[in-house]
Amino acid sequence: MPDNVIKLIQITIMLALLIPIAAMLVWVERRLIGIWQDRLGPNRVGPFGVLQSFADLLKILGKEDWVPPFADKLVFVLAPVIGAVCVLMSFAVLPFSPDILIADLNIGLLFFLAMASLAVYSVVLAGWASNSKYALLGGMRAAAQTVSYEVFMGLSLMGVVLLAGSFNLTEIVLAQQHGWFIQSQFVGFVVFFIAGIAESHRLPFDLPEAETELTAGFHTEYSGLKFALFFLGEYLGVTLISCMSVVLFFGGWLMPEPLDNWLPPFMWFVLKVSFFVVFFILLRTALPRPRFDQLLGFGWKVMLPLALLNLLVTALLSLLEVL
Amino acid sequence: MNNSALNFSNSKDWHQPHAAAIFNELRAHLPDVRLTEASLLDNIRDDTATCWVDRQDLVTLMQVIRHELSMPFTLCFDITAIDETEREYRSEQVSDFTVSYHLVSPDRNQDLRIKVALTKDDKTIPSVCLYWPNANWYEREVWDMFGIVFQGHPHLTRILMPHTWQGHPLLKVHPARATEMDPFTLPAYKQDEEQEALKFQPEAWGMKRQHENTDFMFLNLGPNHPSVHGAFRIVLQMDGEEIVDCVPDIGYHHRGAEKMGERQSWHSYIPYTDRIDYLGGVMNNFPYVMAVEQLAGIQVPDRAKVIRIMTAEMFRILSHLLFYGTFAQDVGALSPIFYMFIDREKLFGIIEAFTGARMHPSWFRIGGIASDLPKGWNTLVREYVNYLPARLDQYEKMVMQNSILKARTQGIGAYSTQEAIDWGITGPGLRATGFAWDLRKQRPYSGYDQFDFDVPTGANGDCYDRCRVRVEEMRQSIRIIEQCLNNMPEGPYKAEHPQTTPPDKSKTMTDIDSLIPHFINVSWGPRIPAGEVSVAVEATKGIMAYHLVSDGSTISYRTRIRTPSFPHLQMIPVMARGQMVADLIATLGSIDYVMADVDR
Repeated sequence: MPDNVIKLIQITIMLALLIPIAAMLVWVERRLIGIWQDRLGPNRVGPFGVLQSFADLLKILGKEDWVPPFADKLVFVLAPVIGAVCVLMSFAVLPFSPDILIADLNIGLLFFLAMASLAVYSVVLAGWASNSKYALLGGMRAAAQTVSYEVFMGLSLMGVVLLAGSFNLTEIVLAQQHGWFIQSQFVGFVVFFIAGIAESHRLPFDLPEAETELTAGFHTEYSGLKFALFFLGEYLGVTLISCMSVVLFFGGWLMPEPLDNWLPPFMWFVLKVSFFVVFFILLRTALPRPRFDQLLGFGWKVMLPLALLNLLVTALLSLLEVL
Repeated sequence: MNNSALNFSNSKDWHQPHAAAIFNELRAHLPDVRLTEASLLDNIRDDTATCWVDRQDLVTLMQVIRHELSMPFTLCFDITAIDETEREYRSEQVSDFTVSYHLVSPDRNQDLRIKVALTKDDKTIPSVCLYWPNANWYEREVWDMFGIVFQGHPHLTRILMPHTWQGHPLLKVHPARATEMDPFTLPAYKQDEEQEALKFQPEAWGMKRQHENTDFMFLNLGPNHPSVHGAFRIVLQMDGEEIVDCVPDIGYHHRGAEKMGERQSWHSYIPYTDRIDYLGGVMNNFPYVMAVEQLAGIQVPDRAKVIRIMTAEMFRILSHLLFYGTFAQDVGALSPIFYMFIDREKLFGIIEAFTGARMHPSWFRIGGIASDLPKGWNTLVREYVNYLPARLDQYEKMVMQNSILKARTQGIGAYSTQEAIDWGITGPGLRATGFAWDLRKQRPYSGYDQFDFDVPTGANGDCYDRCRVRVEEMRQSIRIIEQCLNNMPEGPYKAEHPQTTPPDKSKTMTDIDSLIPHFINVSWGPRIPAGEVSVAVEATKGIMAYHLVSDGSTISYRTRIRTPSFPHLQMIPVMARGQMVADLIATLGSIDYVMADVDR
């Protein structure tokens, strides 16, 4: 079989897996939050309610594909697609295990950052095209928030790049064979993870869609399948940031000596990612939401210096060959 | 914890300072103004100092009352009117309409009621907005309801009724029932008119659309918005995310509760009161039944008083818990509300065991309560009293000590004690500024003077302090409930008085003198002697008062409900100017209002 066909099959399998995973994630989140908030959560459709998301999906598919008459039609339809596509593209460069990888780019990390930046357009354009004041405010917030947090997200990862000596994600994983980067790059990880939460618009950084303030922010006017695409994008974003954390700081599929034989590498990867996904969900139940200017202030005044300092110290220690 | 026996027979009702002193003081300031003290024929049944004044002297009198007295009446408690055209029992002062000003001096701990008589042909009176900023909405309401024009009012438009409404609903000639009116229709042209009337015109409020280099954005927050807590609309004038000015728009929840009071018997109006502050349950019954009892001269037995206090404090906890959770939610913390709903659920279980209902038990009766406490009530209450404080400790860590929540609420929406009183703020919103004004302490009613509890206060009057005060109040309520538990008096739960409702049935089959009053009081409801009374309680959200006028009939002649939330909303623009949208949401949450309490 030619290589291209194999790639195509791989891509299809990946898509066929990722989208149901995102849907299941919605159910996992609702059940977990339910448990943490002393209530049940969805438990009626299928055993333990596992089919809830699919029922929701069916319902969404049956909805009228409606565009408000006052909206800019083309951009309005395009915006959610951009969001979902950008997140999905990032999955192409992720090494799930030594053998499971779609595109082994030598600039994989840069590709991920580029896609994360492009995803902002989805939110900004949605806010603008809706021609609604709440959506516009949400779009504005998203633009400011994402542009700011992008800076530290990039910077926080440079320490890892320095240590691994490569932008290639597989090589970054392999560079962690003698110790995960979390040991030396703890500050980098914290900054990256916080920026990741901001990128995926999750509480406490869900200001673009803060429902108590802006009803639903940038997606106020969206419904049906287009709304579902935003939803998909958000949950894929959570998975993506969790995957990137594992790949960059927690050794990807690698495990220390005795443990690595217990499970196949791919399973270890999945387990580690699940941990971060659950952490994302826990954050949502645990924290209030800062105000917009406080969030930006925190970013520029705390996160940026931290990320820079981390980079400097890492560079210095690498030069002195301590690390 | 306090376990010493309380003796409720020592309890004394609080009385206003002597009326004569304040009138002498006023006369000394204003020798030329004719002040006519209320006569016996005015039938004032409370001890509020009441006097009539001529319309042309009103402004000079108000100037003295507000600014020139040694301890001025700084709080404009209520302004309302009475349509006297069908009144039978009337003094010679009464004309076609009476405008009634209820003013309070916290320094004197005294009330003052000023009445002005107006004739049908000349329904105008000078505005007092200059003296009390919160008179603005009260005067608009009186205009809306009675068509009385306040000269010099800055914006005299409808406030509760839609702008397209014809007539003034609280006039006696205005029909109260749909059967007295033509069928309702909504043709397309009328619908367009209604929608057009809801469009916000900044110019009408003296707002500009542009300023130098910026175009302002007008954002319509509500009446359907997750954070306005009900059908409430605020139009924001914004420069970016900063609020330049705003206009609160109320009336979407108006159900004509005061008009219904003129149609229901004294007894059958009780369930309507439950739905005024719909989170307050029996707390709403409290001032109403006390007002009717004062009109009828009923002495309530101690057991009924203590049961009333206990259940009212339970509803204070229920209301504050909901506030606590939604406040946290408005700031973005999603979980606390669910934990607090569990606590509320447990307490509703107890309320249900007592009354058979949960949120709106309508359980107080004229002269007592509907039924005695069920067997084993004390076990239920004891369990809860032991349960809640530990939960509150957890919430303390989860909500009050959270640094994000503190950053969002400390210093936000702050006002001083003086501003609070100027705007008619009462309850936790006033106490958060550091002023310990709590009617349960200042003017004890129903035996509150026998209880041992503190009045929590804040210091900064900001959103955080308003929440802090309510959290502490829950602990104090627990203390009060515990004292009720340990000291519940034995005895009847209803007064032995002919007007007690429902009347005693035990002797009806033995003598005709019991049977006939029972029959009449059950079928028509009690006939309450003519009189006028205003009774206030410290309700969940502030001071709630019922101002009842009886014309010696089985129904009320005028039912005026002075609710705390009404003035609280009026202050929103003062707090909102210069805030971000997110701050406004926190501020709205911290006010703790219920739209039914505002619009009635």
